[in-house]
Amino acid sequence: MEAFPRPRPFEQPRASLISRAGFGNLDPILLLAGIGVIGFSIYTLGVATQEDVPGDPYYYAVRQSIYAVIGIALMLAIARVDYSRFRELRVGIYTAMIASICLVFVFAEATRGTRAWIELPFFTFQPSELGKVLLVVSLAAFALDTARRSSEVRRTVRLLALGFFPAALVLLQPDLGTALVYGAVTLAIMFLVGVRWTHFAIMGATAASLVAVVLVIAPALGVPVLKDYQEDRLTAFLHPSNDPADSSYQINQSLIAVGSGGKTGRGDDATQTSKGFLPERHTDFIFAVVGERFGFVGAAFLLSLYALLIWRALRILTLSKNFFGSLIAGGIAAMLMFHMIVNVGMNIGVMPITGIPLPLMSSGGSSVIATFLALGLLQSIYVQAQLTSKRGLTRNA
Amino acid sequence: MMMPGRGDWRGPPIPAQLAFRVTVLGGVALVMFAVIFLRLWYLEVLSGDKYLAQAQNNQVREFTVQAPRGEILDRQGRPLVQNRTALELQLKTTELPHSRERRARLFERVGELAGMSPKQIRRQIRVQTKELPASPVTLKRDVAFDTVYYIRENQRRFPGVSVERVYVRRYPQDSLAAHLLGYVREISPDELEDPRYESLEQGDFVGKQGVEYTYDSLLRGVNGASRVQVDASGTPTGRSLDVREPRTGNDLVLSIDTAVQEAGESAIGRFGLPGGFVAMNVNTGELLGMGSTPTYDPSVFAQPVVTPATYEQIFGDPKDPLSTLAAPAVNRASQGVYPTGSTFKPITAVAALDAGNLTPARTIVDGGSVEYGGVQFSNAGDVAHGSVDLQRALQVSSDVFFYIMGAETNVQEGDGGAIQEWARALGLGAPTGLDVGGEGTGRVPTPEERNEAFQQNTDPDGPGGEEVDVAKGELTDRPWSIGDNINLAVGQGDLQADPLQMAVAYAAIANGGTVVRPHVGLRIEDPQGRAIQEIDPAPRREVEIDPIWQQTIMAGLHDAAMAPGGTSYPIFGGYPVEIAGKTGTAERPPYGDQSWYVAVAPYDDPKYVVAVTVEEGGFGADAAAPATLEILNQLLGVNEGKIGDVSAEVAVVE
Repeated sequence: MEAFPRPRPFEQPRASLISRAGFGNLDPILLLAGIGVIGFSIYTLGVATQEDVPGDPYYYAVRQSIYAVIGIALMLAIARVDYSRFRELRVGIYTAMIASICLVFVFAEATRGTRAWIELPFFTFQPSELGKVLLVVSLAAFALDTARRSSEVRRTVRLLALGFFPAALVLLQPDLGTALVYGAVTLAIMFLVGVRWTHFAIMGATAASLVAVVLVIAPALGVPVLKDYQEDRLTAFLHPSNDPADSSYQINQSLIAVGSGGKTGRGDDATQTSKGFLPERHTDFIFAVVGERFGFVGAAFLLSLYALLIWRALRILTLSKNFFGSLIAGGIAAMLMFHMIVNVGMNIGVMPITGIPLPLMSSGGSSVIATFLALGLLQSIYVQAQLTSKRGLTRNA
Repeated sequence: MMMPGRGDWRGPPIPAQLAFRVTVLGGVALVMFAVIFLRLWYLEVLSGDKYLAQAQNNQVREFTVQAPRGEILDRQGRPLVQNRTALELQLKTTELPHSRERRARLFERVGELAGMSPKQIRRQIRVQTKELPASPVTLKRDVAFDTVYYIRENQRRFPGVSVERVYVRRYPQDSLAAHLLGYVREISPDELEDPRYESLEQGDFVGKQGVEYTYDSLLRGVNGASRVQVDASGTPTGRSLDVREPRTGNDLVLSIDTAVQEAGESAIGRFGLPGGFVAMNVNTGELLGMGSTPTYDPSVFAQPVVTPATYEQIFGDPKDPLSTLAAPAVNRASQGVYPTGSTFKPITAVAALDAGNLTPARTIVDGGSVEYGGVQFSNAGDVAHGSVDLQRALQVSSDVFFYIMGAETNVQEGDGGAIQEWARALGLGAPTGLDVGGEGTGRVPTPEERNEAFQQNTDPDGPGGEEVDVAKGELTDRPWSIGDNINLAVGQGDLQADPLQMAVAYAAIANGGTVVRPHVGLRIEDPQGRAIQEIDPAPRREVEIDPIWQQTIMAGLHDAAMAPGGTSYPIFGGYPVEIAGKTGTAERPPYGDQSWYVAVAPYDDPKYVVAVTVEEGGFGADAAAPATLEILNQLLGVNEGKIGDVSAEVAVVE
């Protein structure tokens, strides 16, 4: 358990070293994959959403470019910081996350029934997106804390509580999809920090009975837990319809869109995603746009970029100079995976519609910037690992 | 380790547990990627064509373009039925939102546009889908244009709601000839099964009665269609892919003369009693007018909804046969069957002449009454006409003369004797084949029918009993006797005929033996007005009427109308055109006397026959004869003519 000593302040590299490292020390594959996805996103939005905002054909593309620039700048900035510092700020980070999520209950406008956004002068800010990254960092730190001090059961319970509290808050907004991301990130960090299999088994059993209560028993007793539309979305899979406001309609139309793309896509002949058959095409259903316009080739290319991202995140996990970095990398890898699998899954009809964005593809500032922050953290771990390695320092030193 | 190159450095070795768990995480990622790739391969590469077809199908919608139905015109080309276009606010129930809440909100929004409450909308949906489950529900007709644009621009907020342009029947002459024209409604599920409507679809309109029904396939036209590219909300986004223009239906020209029709309807309407009239060409069977009172306004059937109350008002209560017989929808000229009274006498005359019981010269002393089998048969008012031959008997309407004919031609069994044979030959007891449809059959009473009915009624195992079947009349009280034939000879008893059948019979006598097939359809014209089909049905049969008999009967009928002492002389004496005509006053218990008149004009060269009957109108000369006069005025272009002194009915039955 003592294999990962807490880093001491004097272990931090000096400023001169960092500045000399420059961009040359960044993980080039991770960097290119991230820029590749956002570039693909801007191009797709540019060609596919020209008729969405009357008089401004490149509305979404331009906005996405601006978010990309901000996001990349932040990523590079974070990459130069030693993430290990954040471990001491864990309480602050965690508190800030909770506070910002709570803020939406005070200020936010309800959009499509969900209070998840805060209107800023130039930008609608969605705290729960940034919160994902903050949760990864703070939870990784808390995991190491508890790892040293308490019994394993207590650690499990504490981590669960710390992770599921913000998840519950997000669920109240109500934003089921993001809440599930919080849950997935929490479980991933717990998994990597070494929580016992038996604990996972117990959690699994509890979750299963909870699902039964929420979906079956509570409604039967007249105490609905999920909002109607949430339950619709989760169960809509099975009964297709023609009502554009129904969830199963979206699944149907999305399947037709992706399927009609064929091997090489329909290009500008695309109709499913350009004539309004598929709602939310620039956000949650952008993968269907890619599928229809660029076909299997385009979709496979995009998936390969995500595979690269996830592979690099897992690789950085193993390279990290300390356990904290590994946990952060693991949390981020889990976050990207969950987003990618759930979003693409719902676009191709193998997952229920939960309304979470496809990282760096879906139009939306909060998500793009938060994802770049996460990539920045990965770069930071990579850079630190590299520097440490080059200075001859090892984990076990 | 210290080399500056990229990628040739390694992190510290990681603990086994972490390594294992990372492997698990990577494994999960790998499996998920594999699932997604396989699924994507299946969707795009293996099923791509299927989904491409669906996508293309998704964006094309076929709109039916309703074809305008042909117009119906009178013989001078004056319109009787036209079309107008209306904008209808419709709701396609199959495209409504499934969720209860969304549906309620939609109904509120639509309700605002239609000026209806959600409750009323639900009611309309219930009422209209009960009748036609798959058709769109019409919420409002004649919506304003800005509503049309509002819905088109906000189609997304109005799923299943549309404004459609429809053609609606319009009746410029109001209720004129309503019974002939019939009406048009949306095709019913039962009719869709009918091979007659093979090419039609749900939502099309078809004629339900009258000439609208008979000539439906000619009037109907062929709907067009346009295939249009649409977006998800069904709003057309681009050009029409291909258009099939609708083909307007053909026009139907009727033989009806609006002026004669108007004159007839106003003449029989004057009494405020139910009645009917027919004005027909004796040679061709073309009807110049045919009407019935009471009547109804056919435009109620052009409304989107016809309430059960309206149906009952027009058709009567389906559970009460008496009310359906008395309903305005009954065309008393071709469906109302009554005893005909003395108007039947010319038929008896032909029969007796043909059977050899009578010659034009035979005279009989009419002492006011005659006795058969202990029953006294008397003239009305017991008037004695003295010595009468056939011509005189017709002129004064001697009942005794025809009682004797009835007695002499009686046959006790089977289909009866000469009178029955001739009544059937001249068109009674069977539908005449009129192209309006829904004709009554009537009855020529026969010994066989009465004996059978009586036997059934008295059979202890039979269903009969004391009750008398309304439809069968009072046939069941006793077996056939000579008295039945005596009554038949003067158009009484069990005889039932409608004015159209009487007109056909008189026309055959007047034209020398041709039993015409009456018709109101004259010609079919295409929308450009070119005749494409003449309607000229062949006569039903020829009967042999000796010219001497024909002349004698016509002379008797002429004298009845034009000569002093004739039964309708008070009406027609001095009429500028010589005519032949016969009154009839039929007893029809429990109702008052049925008033009849049948006229043939002009006498020298018969062209028209007019038959009028008025329920409970009293003597033939009281109601039916003056009405006939008005119709003849219009037919013959006569402006004068006496209407008034009707007190002197000279001869009445029994």
